[in-house]
Amino acid sequence: MATEEPPPEGSKDIHPAQPTTEAFLAEQNSAEFGELRRSYRSFAFPLTVAFVLWYLLYVLLSNYAGGFMGTKVFSNINVAFVFGLAQFLTTFLIAWFYSRHANAQLDPKAEAIKDRMEADA
Amino acid sequence: MSAAYHSHTAVTLAAESTSEHRPLIITLFAVFVAATLGITVWAGRQTRSASDFYAGGRQFTAFQNGLAVSGDYMSAASFLGIAGAIALFGYDGFLYSIGFLVAWLVALLLVAEPLRNSGRYTMGDVLAYRMRQRPVRTAAGVSTIIVSIFYLLAQMAGAGALVTLLLGITSDAGKILIVALVGVLMIVYVTIGGMKGTTWVQMVKAVLLIAGALLMTLMVLWKFDFNVSDLLGTAAEKSGHGSAFLEPGLKYGATGTSKLDFLSLGLALVLGTAGLPHILIRFYTVPTAKAARKSVNWAIGIIGAFYLMTIALGFGAAALIGPENIKAPGNTAAPQLAEYLGGTGTTGGAVMLAVISAVAFATILAVVAGLTLASSSSFAHDIYANVIRKGQATEKEEMKAARWSTVFIGAAAIVLGVFARDMNVAGLVALAFAVAASANLPTILYSLFWKRFTTQGALWSIYGGLASSVILVLFSPVVSGNEKTSMFKGVDFSWFPLENPGLISIPLGFLLGWIGSLLSKEEPDKGKYAELEVKSLTGIGAH
Repeated sequence: MATEEPPPEGSKDIHPAQPTTEAFLAEQNSAEFGELRRSYRSFAFPLTVAFVLWYLLYVLLSNYAGGFMGTKVFSNINVAFVFGLAQFLTTFLIAWFYSRHANAQLDPKAEAIKDRMEADA
Repeated sequence: MSAAYHSHTAVTLAAESTSEHRPLIITLFAVFVAATLGITVWAGRQTRSASDFYAGGRQFTAFQNGLAVSGDYMSAASFLGIAGAIALFGYDGFLYSIGFLVAWLVALLLVAEPLRNSGRYTMGDVLAYRMRQRPVRTAAGVSTIIVSIFYLLAQMAGAGALVTLLLGITSDAGKILIVALVGVLMIVYVTIGGMKGTTWVQMVKAVLLIAGALLMTLMVLWKFDFNVSDLLGTAAEKSGHGSAFLEPGLKYGATGTSKLDFLSLGLALVLGTAGLPHILIRFYTVPTAKAARKSVNWAIGIIGAFYLMTIALGFGAAALIGPENIKAPGNTAAPQLAEYLGGTGTTGGAVMLAVISAVAFATILAVVAGLTLASSSSFAHDIYANVIRKGQATEKEEMKAARWSTVFIGAAAIVLGVFARDMNVAGLVALAFAVAASANLPTILYSLFWKRFTTQGALWSIYGGLASSVILVLFSPVVSGNEKTSMFKGVDFSWFPLENPGLISIPLGFLLGWIGSLLSKEEPDKGKYAELEVKSLTGIGAH
């Protein structure tokens, strides 16, 4: 044993507590986890559908409504340009909006479940 | 004839005017290479465990990772490709910027956090979690390597374009030499530095790229008294297309088929990002899912700012240089603009050209390193350790396999890069996005969110999305049938009319995953799904 190599100095992967499959199954069916799942999905899924549709609207208008997109708004800035910038703006806003929801609603719920399961494991 | 004559002249002129400044250019390249090699060796000394090699020890901060994600994502396609596409085709080139950015919302809302919570080193960790390990790990590894190689091709093409412009090397031997040099460097970065080295190289590159783009943007806007409308107006006038240059349709609006191509490209861009393995593994470098979320937010801010600047770069190149002086497929527009801004033919111009080209070179090297790391990680962790050795390989053996596969993938990229050297890099990258969106995204989303998803469903969506997208590209005008732009000239075996396969292959990937699961004889593993779902939302048991 004395000749064994010393352990490597690099950071080791942590080996966190792993609850049993039964514990996971029970948790998955619990009301508390159901509430976290609902809070996440009912926010993220409709928002995803919304921004994909909003983006596709932009692509389809570019394709099939060239006249409208070419309408000048002021001097050389046309509707297509404004629409493109609006996609930037909505991307920033959605990212902020989701993160606010996650910080306020999802993180505390997830943290509570995690702490409880770790204590049980 | 005349356009071809002009573009040839422009490139020759650029090459001649810079040939006397060649030492400066080569010095800047060498400084960057030396600095990054230094970082790599330093990071390599701290890379001991598999967690260091694959995930950089998981101790990067959200901001550091956001910067590195940006550095990994803003490839030659974003810098050289988009600037060139806008300079040549006006507004249609701008679609790339928008699609590339909006796509991050898919990663933010649906993928980054659950992936960080439930995976360990690779995309395959999450895809195979609930499934039979060996077949799904194999599929995930194959898909990772194919997507990464498409993406690598684009970076190699960008490197070839740069060198042609900078060093006046037009000979094939010269271009091949540079492609080979890039390949060797990427092998060195990854084998020595692992994820730690790669992450630092990407951070340095992101700062350089943003600084370079900002400098050029300010110089362009300065020329137009910070009046964007004037810039656009001049670009439209110089383009010879008038106001059509500022409207959608110049590249994609000609026929019903090209309009479908635009839609196909748009879909691939927005759905591809969250399925890119080299981006996904970046989320393992931070300690928690919350940090992963924050790093995506940083990335959205940094990448968004950069893509806004592509308006100034692309339209600036059109307005100041003129599309007739930019050689198709446009990869040299940004460096040509840099030379113009510094004063063509003067020392200032040579310095600007050298600096911006060094930035582009840094961009290419950093992305190439990220791609190589993703594919060699997947080969070593998914295929070697879990399929070939059935989970019995030691950490040391796994890392050795990762380093050897880096060498092979680097060699493959060099050979393939030689074929792709004359293609628009943004177009090539769009193909990688289409494959990722068709094969990887459906499988990731079903795995995380659909309880009835089965091993058969996963295999059908990965292989179905992969095969359909790759086959459609193979028989598209990208590969043959177009004398100007095809990879192989003088032959025509194309029958698929669109350049981007996403419109067909993305819905097909989703459909196959669904049908494959419904027709599956095997019941989904309920216990494993409970583990994955609870882990992915809470972070319990996360590595």
